[in-house]
Amino acid sequence: MALRIDRDACTLCGECIPVCPFGSLEIREDKLVVLETCTLCGACVPVCPENALEVEEVERDVACNPDEWRGIWVFAEQRGGEIQSSSAELLGAARRLAEKLDVPVTALLPGADVKNASSLLSAGADEVLFIKNDELAHFGVEPYSKVISDLIEERKPEIVLGAATFIGRSLLSRIAVKVHAGLTADCTGLDIDTEKRLLLQTRPAFGGNIMATIICPEHRPQMATVRPKVMKPLEESYDSSGKVTELSADSLSNRVKFLEFVADDTSQINISEADIIVTGGRGLGDPKNFSLIEELADLLGGAVGASRSAVDAGWINYSHQVGQTGRTVSPKIYVALGVSGAIQHLVGMQSSDYIIAVNKDPNAPIFKVADVGIVGDLFEVVPKLIVEIKKLKGG
Amino acid sequence: MEFIVCIKQVPDTTEVRVDPETNTLIREGVPAMVNPFDLYAVEEALQFKEKAGGEVIAISMGPPQAEQALREVISMGVDRAILVSDAKFAGADTWATALTLSAAIRKIGDYDVILTGKQAADGDTAQVGPGIAEFLDIPQATFIRKVDELDPEARVLRLQSMWEEGSERLEVPLPCLMTTVKELNEPRLPSLRGKMAAKKAEIEVWTFDDLDVEASDVGLAGSPTQVVKVFPPPPRSEGELFSDVEPDEAAKIIAERLAKKGLF
Repeated sequence: MALRIDRDACTLCGECIPVCPFGSLEIREDKLVVLETCTLCGACVPVCPENALEVEEVERDVACNPDEWRGIWVFAEQRGGEIQSSSAELLGAARRLAEKLDVPVTALLPGADVKNASSLLSAGADEVLFIKNDELAHFGVEPYSKVISDLIEERKPEIVLGAATFIGRSLLSRIAVKVHAGLTADCTGLDIDTEKRLLLQTRPAFGGNIMATIICPEHRPQMATVRPKVMKPLEESYDSSGKVTELSADSLSNRVKFLEFVADDTSQINISEADIIVTGGRGLGDPKNFSLIEELADLLGGAVGASRSAVDAGWINYSHQVGQTGRTVSPKIYVALGVSGAIQHLVGMQSSDYIIAVNKDPNAPIFKVADVGIVGDLFEVVPKLIVEIKKLKGG
Repeated sequence: MEFIVCIKQVPDTTEVRVDPETNTLIREGVPAMVNPFDLYAVEEALQFKEKAGGEVIAISMGPPQAEQALREVISMGVDRAILVSDAKFAGADTWATALTLSAAIRKIGDYDVILTGKQAADGDTAQVGPGIAEFLDIPQATFIRKVDELDPEARVLRLQSMWEEGSERLEVPLPCLMTTVKELNEPRLPSLRGKMAAKKAEIEVWTFDDLDVEASDVGLAGSPTQVVKVFPPPPRSEGELFSDVEPDEAAKIIAERLAKKGLF
């Protein structure tokens, strides 16, 4: 198994060298060589003008017959019996994929007392499997992964989607190992290769510096977690002919004991799922100035974000941190105030739909990603902006 | 007690850039480093050892030069380091990586807590930690922001796991696996003694033959997923920059854009 170089065809043009994300290609003594850091990702293969590069096909472990697997499943997250908004986004995405594959969409809902399970039908599901057990009232990775894996093995869906939330990421990782499936994390794009009947999963990597499209050719199901706020729910309510089917689950165990949930005192709206985020950075200069950010966020019905420097200075809780060591967000509107926009911050928010930035420094990197940039003092601009918005809202 | 930390050597992703002319990655001079999230795992393991006694073992799967990452954590105080490295392991996705690392952990033998960073900064999947826990059939607690207590007598860990809107307080029996976020601690800097130790340390290298794994389960061959295309992210459309406007006007411009987005 290796990256093969056709030395007769290779002209040593060097075009492949900068493309390698791992710096694994070098020209040494008039020869292109592959270093041990090569991960066989194949990024170099398409750029070679002479088609001299090839990742050797390997004998893969054929785990199943893909033709026996049909249908798309969505893991619907509930907390305290409330179905989370990510479910409608996933069902929207699943519906669009289902059209191309001509298969039904099933929502999986583990829980105990869940309100409004049928809302998953109008959000796009042909059927809801409500797995009901008191052990499933609160998320536990062991009972959840057990009931879902058992169902996967019994009913054989070709695709299983979950949200890339704290729960979704922890859960699907364990299920993928249990059922020997391929799992792609934090996808921002999903499509179908209709010819090969494969799920095309696109996601950012290297801190958002490159995008990769990933497939799972031989294993089923094809599993993916999907970045919250990226997929759109259906615009119109789905005319589902299906129903909510209640399933029981027995002999569930959980070695992890849940003690209690402690809500963050500062976060009324959590930034991962907010449509609007107003973020304050070092430019605020003082923790008490976060009240200005909060006032604007409240007015817009948004959440409060913070740059790393604001969090490290102890001005605001870590749960608010946007960026590489904090959270990745994709809201509809992102307002950055006094945030310079270090690359670590940009990778956490540059997939936002619309970015507004106010900063004193005209060379601040945040302006490179901003749709609207204002070079100015946030302490002068923001109070006036608040007045202006109140005026517009009042009128 | 035995504490095992899984670390990964990653390129400093903040230094990886796409050349806007050629749309390719600029790799030149990009330094390798220990995945930043793993440093919180190393620090916590060292604190566990200081409280409960025992040994901290770091393992890493990667090419031979990942040895450097292991030396770095030895300089922080890690007692023993194992590099899991073989050409057969190349091209592994998260499934094959978790399988290989869990096989290496089985070979180590007894352990009490396995620690990993919440995710690696290059792949950002957060899948390998839970994957290892599943392969080893041990309980897991992910995205840990605070350790309330390590109780060696009762053999439990009391932890706080980070969720979107708060924390879950959990009690997890040992042996278990936990993944760490930044809020957990402040990783220590290497001491002078640590640096000396790191220079002299023998890094054990375990290859394919040392582990109880099948060739069809490791590396590219054992990976259910496959990268088919790599491309630069779509460029953001050119924005408007107002560099010479009065605050009044600036406020109007922003309010108008927000209104256009249908906010009010």
